[in-house]
Amino acid sequence: MKILTEHIDVPGIETIDVFCKHGGYQAVEKAIKKMTPDEVTEEVKKSGLRGRGGAGFPVGMKWSFLAKPEGVPRYLVCNADESEPGTFKDHYLMWKSPHTLIEGMIVSSFALGANTSYIYVRGELMYVIHILEKAIQEAYDKGYLGKNILGSGYDLDLYIQPGGGAYICGEETALLESLEGKRGNPRIKPPFPAVKGVWQCPTVVNNVESIAATSWIINHGGDSYAAIGVGRSTGTKLISASGHIRKPGVYEIPLGITVEDFIYSDEWCGGIRDGHKLKAVVAGGSSVPILSAEMILNTVDGEKRLMTYESLSDGGFATGTMLGSGGFIVMDETTCIVHNTLTFARFYHHESCGQCSPCREGTGWMDKVIYRIEHGNGRKEDIDLLVDVAKKIEGNTICPLGDAAAWPVAAAIRHFRDEFEWHIEHPELAIQPGAVYMRPGASWA
Amino acid sequence: MEVKNTIVFSAETLELVQKIMKRYPEGKHKSAILPILHLAQAEWNWCSPEVMDYIASLLSIAPVEVYEVASFYTMFHLEPVGEHVIEYCRTGPCCLMGGVEVYDHLKKRLGIQTDETTADGKFTIKEVECLAACGWGPVFQIKEKFYMQLTAEKVDQIIDELRK
Ligand SMILES: Cc1cc2nc3c(=O)[nH]c(=O)nc-3n(C[C@H](O)[C@H](O)[C@H](O)COP(=O)(O)O)c2cc1C
Ligand code: SF4
Ligand code: FES
Repeated sequence: MKILTEHIDVPGIETIDVFCKHGGYQAVEKAIKKMTPDEVTEEVKKSGLRGRGGAGFPVGMKWSFLAKPEGVPRYLVCNADESEPGTFKDHYLMWKSPHTLIEGMIVSSFALGANTSYIYVRGELMYVIHILEKAIQEAYDKGYLGKNILGSGYDLDLYIQPGGGAYICGEETALLESLEGKRGNPRIKPPFPAVKGVWQCPTVVNNVESIAATSWIINHGGDSYAAIGVGRSTGTKLISASGHIRKPGVYEIPLGITVEDFIYSDEWCGGIRDGHKLKAVVAGGSSVPILSAEMILNTVDGEKRLMTYESLSDGGFATGTMLGSGGFIVMDETTCIVHNTLTFARFYHHESCGQCSPCREGTGWMDKVIYRIEHGNGRKEDIDLLVDVAKKIEGNTICPLGDAAAWPVAAAIRHFRDEFEWHIEHPELAIQPGAVYMRPGASWA
Repeated sequence: MEVKNTIVFSAETLELVQKIMKRYPEGKHKSAILPILHLAQAEWNWCSPEVMDYIASLLSIAPVEVYEVASFYTMFHLEPVGEHVIEYCRTGPCCLMGGVEVYDHLKKRLGIQTDETTADGKFTIKEVECLAACGWGPVFQIKEKFYMQLTAEKVDQIIDELRK
């Protein structure tokens, strides 16, 4: 079942003519000509679509929180900052099929009563920005954007805003600060963007994939969307698969397939690269807890784990993880977990905006301590020190980047403590190029 | 590259700047700062204090407002850089695909370390974090272009091509 990527490989799909030949912009026609904004929102609510940026908050519900004071403009801002390590699905979708996002932006803006909307794209994707700008121009030329769209009296302008290289601008309030032309420092909430967003006006921020999915929902109805998936994990999800698999890439899966199928089936990742064994997976982008092979494939109750919000988090952080952004990073037995954790710790240290001391200082400490462990200078007490620092960050910061930095470190130690210990006890072995600790009896040993 | 001694956008770029400023509500044109910084860096290769002062004058804001923004975002070069800035991804997924070895080769090949520029001014190497291309790693970026699934041989070819 493909919703977002059904036609993604059709030659010329990036042009509006080919896109329309494959059913493009029908959702705009339907929404604007035949529905009221509230009816559009109602369908999205019915679909059960949850935010695809990471947190999984129901999209329709978020829309219904938007304040609508008389005479104050409202805005829709699409979050295309995509900087979470392991995640490259939005990049893929916008690059291959820009109109899929633009159509969704028009439908969603109409539902929210926004007359100006922005797509905030990370600045590194300047070539994608050019692709989107060309597509937006085509949509204006066809009358899907601009004044009096399809004779309805509804006006919408759509602009691209480039970022400048800062992961934190993916956090919605930092993104809004950045859109205002400032440093990307997250704001203290409340007020929430739905009440005071960009330029202090009510604003909805949604991920690329969330917005893109709304067109299909309008064409086929919220119930049809909700019929795909399992339980509260409805619809399809783009998964960016990277690491030691035979076929890295972006896959649109119906939520609810098993993790095992996703990794091993030829339809998806095609299994672990030849001659190697699965060791660990980071299932939802660098921020979510890493799990060992056994834990990612099966829950503690011995059931096959599914690619759903609920199943991936089954067992809490003790044995579970999160679907997150769908950045699925696969590691085989050649992977040094300490080194991988170091790159993540360095990432969060580099990307902390520095506003809160637990995050600013804590990310620095974790980076430094894991660095010395990795480089053969670890001390016995370092592992507990890391656990302690992670605990001190968690829940004590303005924005969730602090948690996002603490979780990967805490989880790596929770599930691969022996690997950290080995580095500290055998520094002379651990610093050899390519050295990896093998846990006796592990499925990947 | 042509050397300009005065910091002024071409008439064409200035027209674009005017258009960009109209994307935002009345009085909120400070939002144009990031798009304009990108235009400036494309034109002058780095954001010198003179360039930033010029942007401040275009937006009628204090120069410090441009400095504080430009220094927050990693894409803007606040020091002179070589003609080609190679920005390689150092984050986990790219490392899993052999990124560290490829970048070591790159450094050896150019005879410089990260944040250094070759003596002929042709190349600067910088480390960046995840470029949202993890499935196609190892990856580096030069200006707008992504170079993906890099190997030592591919790196050699790219360097040879750019040296021409
Ligand atoms: C540090 C940080 C980085 C984030 N990066 C992104 C991002 O790149 N893209 C994204 O859509 N959401 C990102 N988010 C989540 C956003 O804050 C926000 O929840 C999301 O854009 C809402 O869209 P959704 O409800 O459609 O998922 C990030 C959050 C945090 C805390
Ligand atoms: S948690 Fe970190 S990134 Fe978020 S506001 Fe605080 S210092 Fe900035
Ligand atoms: S880790 Fe290199 S592009 Fe994501």
